[in-house]
Formats: sequence, C-alpha cells, structure tokens
Amino acid sequence: MPRHKAAVAAVTALVLAGCTTDKPAATTQPAAPAASAQGSGTGAQSKFFVQADFDAQLAMRSQTPQGPTDKPWEQVIAPKMVDTAKYKKDGPYHLCFSNAAVNNPWRQVGWKTMQAEAGLHKEIEKFTALDAEGKDDKQISDIAELQAKDCDALIVSPNTTATLTPAVRAACGKVPVIVFDRGVETDCPVTFIKPIGGYAFGADAAEFLVEKVPAGGKVLALRILPGVDVLETRWSAAKVVFDKSRLQVVGVEFTDGDAAKTKSIVSDYIQRHGKIDGVWMDSGATAVAAIEAFEDAGVPVPPINGEDQQDFLQKWKDAGLTAVAPTYPTYQWRTPLIAALKILKGEEVPKMWNLPQPEVTSENLSTYLKPNMPPLHYALCGCEDLPGFPEAWGGKKS
Amino acid sequence: MRRALPILAVLMVLLAAIAVVNPFFLEPAGFLAFLKRAAPLVILAAGQYFVIVSGEFDLSVGSLVTAEVVIAARLIDGDESATGPVLALLIVVGLFVGLVNGVVTTKLRVPSFIVTLGMLLVLSGAVFLWTGGAPRGALSQGFRMFGRGGLGPLPWSVLILLAVGAVAIWLMRADFGKTLIATGDNVRAAALSGVRVDRAKIFAFMFSGLAAAVAAILLGGFAGVSAQVGQGLEFSAITAVVLGGVVLGGGRGSVLAAMAGAFTLEALFTLLNLYGISGALEFTVQGVIIIAAVAAGAIRLPRKFTPRRGDAHAAS
Amino acid sequence: MNLLARGRRPARRGEAHGGLAARLREPTQVVFLALLGLVAVGWALVALDGGQFLTMESVVGIQQRSAALGIVAIGQTLAILAGSLDLSVAYLISLASLVAAEIMAGQDGKVVAAVAAVLAISALVGLVNGLVITRLRVHAFIATLGVALIIKGIVDHLYDGPAGKVPESFQLLGYSRIGPIPVSAMLWASVAVVAWFLLSRTRLGYRIYAVGGNEDVARLSGIRTGRVIVITHVLCSVCAGIAGLLLAGRLGAGAPTVGTDGGYDLESIAAVVLGGTALAGGKGGVAGTVGGVLLLAVLDTIFNQLEINSFGKDVVRGVVIVIAVAVYARRGTRRSA
Repeated sequence: MPRHKAAVAAVTALVLAGCTTDKPAATTQPAAPAASAQGSGTGAQSKFFVQADFDAQLAMRSQTPQGPTDKPWEQVIAPKMVDTAKYKKDGPYHLCFSNAAVNNPWRQVGWKTMQAEAGLHKEIEKFTALDAEGKDDKQISDIAELQAKDCDALIVSPNTTATLTPAVRAACGKVPVIVFDRGVETDCPVTFIKPIGGYAFGADAAEFLVEKVPAGGKVLALRILPGVDVLETRWSAAKVVFDKSRLQVVGVEFTDGDAAKTKSIVSDYIQRHGKIDGVWMDSGATAVAAIEAFEDAGVPVPPINGEDQQDFLQKWKDAGLTAVAPTYPTYQWRTPLIAALKILKGEEVPKMWNLPQPEVTSENLSTYLKPNMPPLHYALCGCEDLPGFPEAWGGKKS
Repeated sequence: MRRALPILAVLMVLLAAIAVVNPFFLEPAGFLAFLKRAAPLVILAAGQYFVIVSGEFDLSVGSLVTAEVVIAARLIDGDESATGPVLALLIVVGLFVGLVNGVVTTKLRVPSFIVTLGMLLVLSGAVFLWTGGAPRGALSQGFRMFGRGGLGPLPWSVLILLAVGAVAIWLMRADFGKTLIATGDNVRAAALSGVRVDRAKIFAFMFSGLAAAVAAILLGGFAGVSAQVGQGLEFSAITAVVLGGVVLGGGRGSVLAAMAGAFTLEALFTLLNLYGISGALEFTVQGVIIIAAVAAGAIRLPRKFTPRRGDAHAAS
Repeated sequence: MNLLARGRRPARRGEAHGGLAARLREPTQVVFLALLGLVAVGWALVALDGGQFLTMESVVGIQQRSAALGIVAIGQTLAILAGSLDLSVAYLISLASLVAAEIMAGQDGKVVAAVAAVLAISALVGLVNGLVITRLRVHAFIATLGVALIIKGIVDHLYDGPAGKVPESFQLLGYSRIGPIPVSAMLWASVAVVAWFLLSRTRLGYRIYAVGGNEDVARLSGIRTGRVIVITHVLCSVCAGIAGLLLAGRLGAGAPTVGTDGGYDLESIAAVVLGGTALAGGKGGVAGTVGGVLLLAVLDTIFNQLEINSFGKDVVRGVVIVIAVAVYARRGTRRSA
C-alpha cells in the first residue's frame, strides 16, 4: 500500500511540477532552463515554485514603499486598500493573538517586539496570546478558545498554511482576523501582513553571488530542510538565478539548522573540491559555522550570504567578509497590532500588506551591527525605540 | 576486546567503503577530521554505556548538552577570564544532573526512563526560561579551542577522546566495572552478594552526565552557540551503544564496543552522505541497519553467552 | 479492572518486592484525586488572574486537546502493560494522516476506503514492530525506534508538506460536538472502553498482564507470549492510526509532521506512567491512563489561561511526571514492606 501511495505521490508531484513549469515556459525564454538546470547542478525546481509570485516579488524589490521611511513596519508596497468601516467600534480593545510557536530566536525576537508594541497603545486594554508550541492541532484549539474570549480582533501567525485554513475561516465569521508571516488559503482575513517574501530573499543572495563570484566558480548551497514553504521559495528563487548564471552549484545540502552539521558539510566540500568560491544559505542561523569551516581549513572565506543575526554581522565586520544579508524582518511583528487598531477604528488597510524587506550590505552594515545585543538577535527588529530596549531582548545597555 | 570484534569488523568495512569514495579519508588530516567529528558522540556513548550496562537508560543527555552550551555562553559572555571557572562549573553541572538522575532512580525507585525523560523536559525548559527563550552571550576563544583547535596537527577533541576512552576502559576493568556489570546482570543477586548496587548506578549516571558535559564543551567549541546543539543526541548515543552489541537491560557488552558503535554510526552517516542517499531516506536506511544489527547480535547471543548467564543465575 | 488486575496477575519479578505488591491498590485513585486537586488549583489561579477557568470553551478545549493523545496513550498502555513500549507512534500518526487525506482526496465516497487503508497500514506497522521484537529478539526500544526512523524516512522522502484533502463530512469528526462533548472525545471514550473490556473481561487481557508481569513465568504457564506481544503492538499501532485519522479530520489534510510536533511518542508514554501503569509492565490499566492524559490536558489549559510560556510548562511537566511515579513507587514500597 505505501508503495502504491508512493507512486500516486510521485505522479502528483510530477503533474504539479509540470503545471508550474508550463507557465514560465510561455513567458520567459524556453529551452534554457532545462539545459542549464542540468549543467548548473541545482536539481529539479521545487513544486512550491509559482512563477507569478516570483515575478511579483522580484518586481516589488525596486518599488518604493509608501509610508514613513523611519518606520518600515508601517510602510507598504503597492497596496490595494480595503474598507473596514463595518468593523469600527469604540475602544478600549481586547486583542487576541494565536502564535504558532516561540521555538526559535527569530520568533523570540518578534514576539518580544510584539509585546512591547502592545504596551505602546493605551487603547489596547487587554492582549491575550496563546502559544501553539509548533503544533497545528493545538493552534486549531487555541483559535477556537480565543473566539470565546470576546476578542475585538484576532491576530494569527499560522503554523502551517494548509492545515490552519479551516480554523481561520471559522474565526473570520466572528471577528476581524489579521494574518501575518505565513499565509492561509482563504482571503477571509481583513489583511495579510508579510515582508516581500522568500523569492526576494533567495534571489537577493543568489544575485550577490553571481555578481561577486567569477564565472565558472563553485557555489555550495546550504538549506535547512526540505518541504517548508517559506524556505522552499528562497531556494527556488536562487535556483532560477543560478540556472541563468555561469556559476556551478557543486552541492545543495541540508543542514537541519545545526551548526555542527553545517560546519562538517562545508569542511567536506572544501576537502573534496579544494576550493569553494561562494556559499548560498537559505537562512543565516548557521552562517557563522559555515564561515568558521573555511577559517579552520585555512582558506579565505568566499562571498557568502547570511541573515541579519548579530553573530553573522559581527563576524562579517571582524573578518572583513564579502557578504550580504537579505532579511526576513522581525519588525513585521509590530504591524499586526497597528493593523488591528486601524481596522477597529474603521481606517482602511491594505488587503496584502507587503512590508519592505531591506538587505544588509557592506555599506549599511555598521547601522545594523549592535555589539551589545545577543548573538542570535535579529537586527531588523525595529525595536530600538520600544520601551524596555535593549534588556528585554537580552541586550546590554552600552 | 573479543566482544568488540563484530562491531570493529563492521566499522572497518564502513571505513574502507568511505575511503574508496573519498581517498582524502586515508590521509592523516582526513582521518583526524573524522575522529574529531565523531568525538562528541563517542564520548556520549561511553557515558551512556555505563548507564545501560547497569540496566538503566539516560534520555537526558541531549538536553543536558544543549543546556551546558547555553549556560556556558551566557556565563562566559565573551570574557576570556571566565573560561576556566565556567568549564569547571559545566563539569559540576554534568555530575550533578547525573547525581539527581541516579538518586531519583535508585532511592525513589522511579524507572530511569521516566526520571531522565522528566530531566529532559526540566533541563530544556529551565535553561530557556533563564535565558529568555534564545541563547544569549558568547563563548570565549579559550572555550572554543577544545572543539576547534589542536595541539599541532592533533585536534584537542581527539586527545580528549583518547583520554576519555582510556579512563572508561580502565574503569570497566577495575572493580567498579565488575560491580556495574553484576548490577546490570541481576540486581538482586548483586545486592545479595554485597554489591552496593545503588551506589554503582548513581556513579553510572554521574559518568553519563560528565560525558555529556565534555561532549557539550567539544560541540560548543566546534560550532559555537546554538539552541539545538544537543537535539536527538540521546537517541544517537543509545543507538550507538546498542549497535556496539551492548544489551538494553544491562549486564552485557563492553565499553570499547559501545564506543566502536558510535564510530560506526558516524561512519554510516558519512557514508550515506558520500553516496548521496537522499536526505530523507537516510533515516530509513539507518532504521533498517539498527534493527538488523541488533537482531544479528540477539540471534548470536544465546549460544555465546549462555554459560555466563547460567553462572549469574546460579549465584542468585 | 483494578480488581481483575489484582486477582489474576501472576507473581511479579523477584526484585519488585514480590507478590505483596499485588495487594497494592492501583494508583488510579491517586491520578483522579490529583486531577480534581489540579482543577481546583487551576480554578483558583485563573480566578485570581481575573478569568474563568471552566467555561464551555475551555472544557471543550480540554477534550479536543486530549483526544488524540488519549487514543494513542490507550494503545501505548496495552504495549506497556505487556512489558513493551512503542516509540514509533508519532511517525505512524503522521503517516496515517497522510494516507487518509490522500485517499479521501476531498471526496465523501472515499472515506471508508481511507479509513480501511489507514487501519490496515497501522496494523501492518504494529505487526512489524511486534515481530521484530519477538522473532528477531530486538529490544522494544530499539525495534520501535528503528521502525520510527524507517517511517520517518519514507514520509519525509515522499512528502514536503501537508497533502491530500479531507472532505467536510469527515472533518466533522474533528470539529462537531454534542453539547459540551466533542465527537473526538467520544471516539476516545469508546477506544478506552474497548481497551478496558479487552483487559478486564477477556483471556487476552489476562495474558497481557501475565506477560508483562513476568514473561518467563507466563511462558511456562503455557501462554504464547510472543503472540500476545505482537497483538498488543498491532492494537497500539491501530490506536495511533485512529489518532492519525482524527488529526487528519481536524487539520483538513494530512501533515508529515503532525505526529512529531505533538510529541506523541514520549508524551503518550509519560501519560501512561502518570496514570500509574508500571513501565516494566504487568501493572496498571486504562482508567489511569485516561486520568493521566486529562491531567496533562488540564495542566496545559491552566498554562494557556495564565499565558505562561512553554518553557515553564516543560519544567512543571517534567517535575510532575517524576514526582507522580515516585509517589506510586513509594506507595508500593510502603504497603509491601
């Protein structure tokens, strides 16, 4: 029976892959992808890849966001506003939040930022948050439980897209719902808040390598694990960029986000290939371990990308690396509360709230590097002006 | 030594297979890199061996490793001068956690599976309560040296591994080892013949805690602070020990074979990687091999060990 | 069940304080007393915090949250009573949810086929577990860990994320309720009643206790111990399969991580021992396990209501489990001494 299912799944995957790759063939140059995909070593395109979303995200990178430039979490790219008059009510408000998890540093930083943001607004009388601990089933119960708490608005950060959709749809009927980070497969939430997205992240990093690594150079791609939508988009965008380039992707490896494993993998590749000319990463958490593998092998660190975590930025500066850090900003955790208040006051909000997604480059590195913050802190928290900074985020007053 | 032969043979085959694909493996540097990588798991397996041969389990080592690294980072916070005291503290914490595991298991008569499962939850919860959810602080260069640096071409971790291995083998040859095996073989018989079984088991847990502390120092040194450095290590360590032919339930197997089991597991990972087996299917292969190895051992076991078993029962 | 367990159970292993321990009353009462106490404490704490503890929603929530774990834990109870244990349930749950959702593919007509397929696959996995343990003589810990890895590899290889679609009709299993009692809780209750009947009213139940109490004695008294262990593993895996079906109904799709995210392997074992079943086997029962699962769920609800973070929760859980088992062990010692 499992084998039969395997066949079904394989066929489904093929069909899906077929569907998604049909589209680009019509719009972009045909033939090239297949041929170069073979040569560039990037493997088959992810079944999560959607050409239209990819094009939209890459286009958004060059659009100027509307809103205050010093508050990127209030900015929005290419908004289509929706009317919220029907949700208008008088304060004070009780806001509720169903959180997928706080089980990694990114979510920790974001969650602290959100709590501080809630403290800023007098209109928020009560802010109830439930942590689903990474369990879909618990988040479904949490959302049901929150509906009974007389919330004026419900914020959801879904643990997975498909499985939380029914619960979110049920909640939409009772309160205005705001979704952020991962989306859901229904447009019933009043607004969906996210930075530009994973395609932009992956493409930013890959384009940097294409620019800095000489043609024919060997690039190693390190991914955390397969099958996570937000990570798949990052890699699939990078794949598109690499396939069009003259770089050679010598390996695509999964690190499980484990620093020791990352370091071992990179060491193996340095041994096997003698020289690695660039490293692409889908997440910065283990970037420092990858860099150390080069240091310990006694070879220069090639162009590499990380993320906006302090340990990477510090290493970048100390070792004078050729590096770039695309981001998936944690300041997006401030926006849902701002959006909720706007909705409850009857002000219009964008249906898709696309936040800007800045890159850390060698030019602006010094503005993001904050040596008094802990090593796994994310620089783009937008939390510097919030009460309790930096101690609440684990930093020290300098 | 004799009992370690089957697993050593398997290990040799795996190492040869690796060398065929990756000739660099045969060079000293390549082989030392492999030893260095395997060192933490081998040390954990040695610690876990003491617990298993005494008839117990230690599921807490993975979260203990994580807790130790997070504690070290927060307390050292980049300050070189704090390295020494913090290293000492880590050793004490490891021993203390082992002591608690051992005392609750023996004196409160709670199965060690439950005790160490509880300890796993407590450690992973408490350390992140203390640091506010994510690791903070940083490790010093002095601390990192043990996992990263070396004495000339010899990595420190390999030297530490040799020392730990030597001590473990010596301990098992000494009276302590005989006591421990007797305890694991038949608690009641051992107690009746005057063995202080509780004390033996408590020491076994303390060795496991100590091994976790040392492994944490090496892993933290190798790759730096991370919140998931110890994830799944408890199962890897138990698997390694069992691969070495050590019997769950206690009383059988050698520490050398347990450590060889850890090397074998690490070699297996390396090999699967080299042959490019898909990341996911690697687990399936691992599962099949573990069951097959233990099944092979179990089928051979009765013939080989019946006399000893008979003795133990006669003594009771 | 208590009475039967006591009356029929053969002598315990020598080291566990001999046959005297048989006179010990099962710790089931302790679990339910603790549960009552915890509800009272929870009520007080939440009231102090300015909330209401036992609202309709939270009562429904407690049941919804515990149903899947409860069903797995019932199966785990059977395996543990027979002196075994099953670490493969978490991955099997994921596999079951995927098989169910893929076969249903959103069509009402396929529900029966999907349920049958899930039950068949689960039974097969249980059969493999049982045979590896009994025929290949591999310790249950390693055997089920190995099978868990095998399933994990297959699931991860085939699936990248949620897949399949569960039709609305089957989602009712996960969402609808009659008054304050969700259908999922009724499913759990019926699984528990079946298991209770099996353990207390059938020869197989008697044999399970006998094998878990002392396998050698059981074998000498003519019980085919291997077969009993295989059957408990099949039943345990079928329970995990049912839990997988329930979760598929709740999620509306199959998910490759639903089992491991829920930590159903270690958590179900924790719930079983919290309910007073001895990890060594031969002593305990289904009622205690139900109490253990409810205890964990009420604890969860209190933490939820007070919005205490999950790290604090882990610490409390770890301590509670160890203390509970220590209390049972202590009662055993005192009574028999």
